[in-house]
Amino acid sequence: MEYCNCFESPWPADELLMKYQYISDFFIALAYFSIPLELIYFVKKSAVFPYRWVLVQFGAFIVLCGATHLINLWTFTMHTRTVAVVMTTAKVLTAVVSCATALMLVHIIPDLLSVKTRELFLKNKAAELDREMGLIRTQEETGRHVRMLTHEIRSTLDRHTILKTTLVELGRTLGLEECALWMPTRTGLELHLSYTLRHQNPVGLTVPIQLPVINQVFNTSRAVKISPISPVARLRPAGQYMPGEVVAVRVPLLHLSNFQIHDWPELSTKRYALMVLMLPSDSARQWHVHELELVEVVADQVAVALSHAAILEESMRARDLLMEQNVALDLARREAETAVRARNDFLAVMNHEMRTPIHAIIALSSLLQETELSPEQRLMVETILKSSNLLATLINDVLDLSRLEDGSLQLEIGTFNLHSLFREVLNLIRPIAAVKKLSVTLSLSPDLTEHAAGDEKRLMQVLLNVVGNAIKFTKEGGISVSAFVANSDSLRDPRAPDFFPTHSDNHFYLRVEVKDTGSGINPQDIPKLFMKFVQSQPLATKNSGGSGLGLAICKRFVNLMEGHIWIESEGLGRGSTVIFIVKLGIPARLNDSKLPFLHKGPGNKVKLNFSGLKVVVMDDNSVGRMVTKGLLVHLGCDVLAVASGDECVRAVSYEHKVVFLDVSMAAVDSFEVAVRIREKFSKRSDRPFIVALTGNTDRMIKESCRKVGMDGVILKPVSVDKMRSVVSDLLEHGYLVESQ
Amino acid sequence: MINIFSVGLSTTQRIESQEKRIYLFQGYLDEQFLQLEDLQDEVNPNFVEEVVKLFYTDSVRLIRSIELTLENTPWDFEKLDKIMHQFKGSSSSIGAKRVKKECTQFQEYCKVGNFDGCMREFQEVKQEHAALKRKLENYFQVFLVVHLAREAR
Repeated sequence: MEYCNCFESPWPADELLMKYQYISDFFIALAYFSIPLELIYFVKKSAVFPYRWVLVQFGAFIVLCGATHLINLWTFTMHTRTVAVVMTTAKVLTAVVSCATALMLVHIIPDLLSVKTRELFLKNKAAELDREMGLIRTQEETGRHVRMLTHEIRSTLDRHTILKTTLVELGRTLGLEECALWMPTRTGLELHLSYTLRHQNPVGLTVPIQLPVINQVFNTSRAVKISPISPVARLRPAGQYMPGEVVAVRVPLLHLSNFQIHDWPELSTKRYALMVLMLPSDSARQWHVHELELVEVVADQVAVALSHAAILEESMRARDLLMEQNVALDLARREAETAVRARNDFLAVMNHEMRTPIHAIIALSSLLQETELSPEQRLMVETILKSSNLLATLINDVLDLSRLEDGSLQLEIGTFNLHSLFREVLNLIRPIAAVKKLSVTLSLSPDLTEHAAGDEKRLMQVLLNVVGNAIKFTKEGGISVSAFVANSDSLRDPRAPDFFPTHSDNHFYLRVEVKDTGSGINPQDIPKLFMKFVQSQPLATKNSGGSGLGLAICKRFVNLMEGHIWIESEGLGRGSTVIFIVKLGIPARLNDSKLPFLHKGPGNKVKLNFSGLKVVVMDDNSVGRMVTKGLLVHLGCDVLAVASGDECVRAVSYEHKVVFLDVSMAAVDSFEVAVRIREKFSKRSDRPFIVALTGNTDRMIKESCRKVGMDGVILKPVSVDKMRSVVSDLLEHGYLVESQ
Repeated sequence: MINIFSVGLSTTQRIESQEKRIYLFQGYLDEQFLQLEDLQDEVNPNFVEEVVKLFYTDSVRLIRSIELTLENTPWDFEKLDKIMHQFKGSSSSIGAKRVKKECTQFQEYCKVGNFDGCMREFQEVKQEHAALKRKLENYFQVFLVVHLAREAR
């Protein structure tokens, strides 16, 4: 055994201490060996670890330390030199590795630390982004709310709903405690609390409009934070709580009068309403910028919606007014109708009832005149006769005039003999003229045609009236009547600047002058002559017997004939001339629509040659049957109407020229009827034409009709003209030229 | 207070043709009715009235018939269709546009066998029918006035 180089322990080997050291070293070694194992295990587990090399180093370091301690175990007792050598090697290696590791750590630890800071930085950034995301989301929410609010507000045109909805939606969106709207009163000097969110029925609170806080809000279009104790924000009885923040914004109220046709509303003349919004009192919430923006946007939208509502209200008011006016007009029209009816009834009564007794009086008086009478009696009877004649004339004249006045009188145009008209009139007055020893002359111009077209009766009336007047007012001398065709010079009367006669080929203007040597007329009185009920010489009426209406009626008639009448006189005692011009038609070139009296048939219908034409109409619908029958009767046919197919086949004979079958009948097969009719007549010439009447525009119907041998198809509804052309086509050509 | 001498007969005539136009525009009547008026002449002075009267007696009968048919089950749609076809024919003959339209609708419902639709539509038909009757009565009154006035001349 060699001597070991260990020292002699100064004290006797304490077995206990040795033992403890032994055990500790053992555990240290164990730990030192297990740590790297753990490290390796976990590093293997983790995917990312940038510092493997460091780990290896560290592992080596630990292993070696462990080894050192392990080997130390052997050095407690006597040990060989090999153990000492191994121990030394281990220690040396451990020293090397640990120094290397120490050096390496110097390099790495700052890196590791910076990783930590970067991590912290990233966490902060993430938190910030989160915050911003939250903000954006809130804003987007707000935007959505604004859109929804706007939609709600603009979806109705009722003012009240608009304002109420605004408050409700705003309250909901922003989570408001209270929201109120102050509207300006009519006078514009106060604001009146009109709508609130929580209170159902706001008490009539008003504040004067000139408060500084209100002015401040009205002067800007932005939402303004106001003090919770200002009068507009004191909406509730004062409570013990601390009120939340209050914001107010103006809402422009646009009036219809602001919208002139060419101007846009002036900003300076606006009225505003005030919207006040209060945050919940017990929260620490503050008004955010985006919330204020929301409020401003909403206020604008409300303004627009209100203006629309105002426009709608206005138009509805206008419409109501129109309806009222319509009702009033309707009433007026009905009144007018009633009045017309009353007037017509009156006229009818007058016409019949009054004429009858007067005729009786006149007739009986005339008869009386022819009996034996004493001179006084004769005089009396003559007066009676004259008076009743006067009355009869008066009634006629009034009737005529009233009809003339309302323009309902229409001329009855016909062709007549112009020359004989003049002769007749003069023949009528010749006896009277003879009695008064007055001469009567008539001169008709040679270029005056014999015949003319116009209202013969009325022309005669005018002439008679004028000539009669001439006779009436002439005591001696005579009257002369001259008639000629007026040329353009003589047409224009300087006294009647409105009279513009127009020339045409169909018409000519007849000018008649009636000259008398009578009492004449004061030129000043001339205009009055043609007025109703005015006599120039009231004292002379006793003898003249005129009703005062004569000339007025003449004037009306002449005007109706598109002419003109006037009087010329040189003064009292110098006689007078009545001149009138009327428009007459030239009969040779008249339209056929104004046919002369010769062709007096039912209306103006030209009947061709199927009057009395025998036809059969088959229709199971009584109304349709009657209508078709009426149509054909109107055209002059002799119609046999039947309701069933059997009846039709039975009734048809060779005398009937056309059979009309209604094809829309449900019960009867009209085609079968057509076939049976064809079979009934062997000879083609005996068979009547068969025509189908249908309301169905289907092409198939036409084909089917043609197949069974019908001669034509007419589409209902049938007009008179269509029926006429159909029948004439059939009779002329034997088939329908156009199967309509 | 209207001066009765200044309001003319022509007003009434104008009113009459205006009423006519109103009815036409309201869709109650169509051109066929005007055609009927054209058929009125000295031979047939009351043609329109007679046709209208006939229409109403006829249609009342048809309506009653439809009511009876609707009460019976099972519902006989074919029969309803047939009756309504008649009704439609009459209506188009006098130019009752609206009534005709409702009849067509009714027939549509019959074709698909929709009983509820038929019932509903039948009410419409009756309503239009009654409305037209009122209008025609009104119209004839005005017409009568014009007649009287014309005769008074």
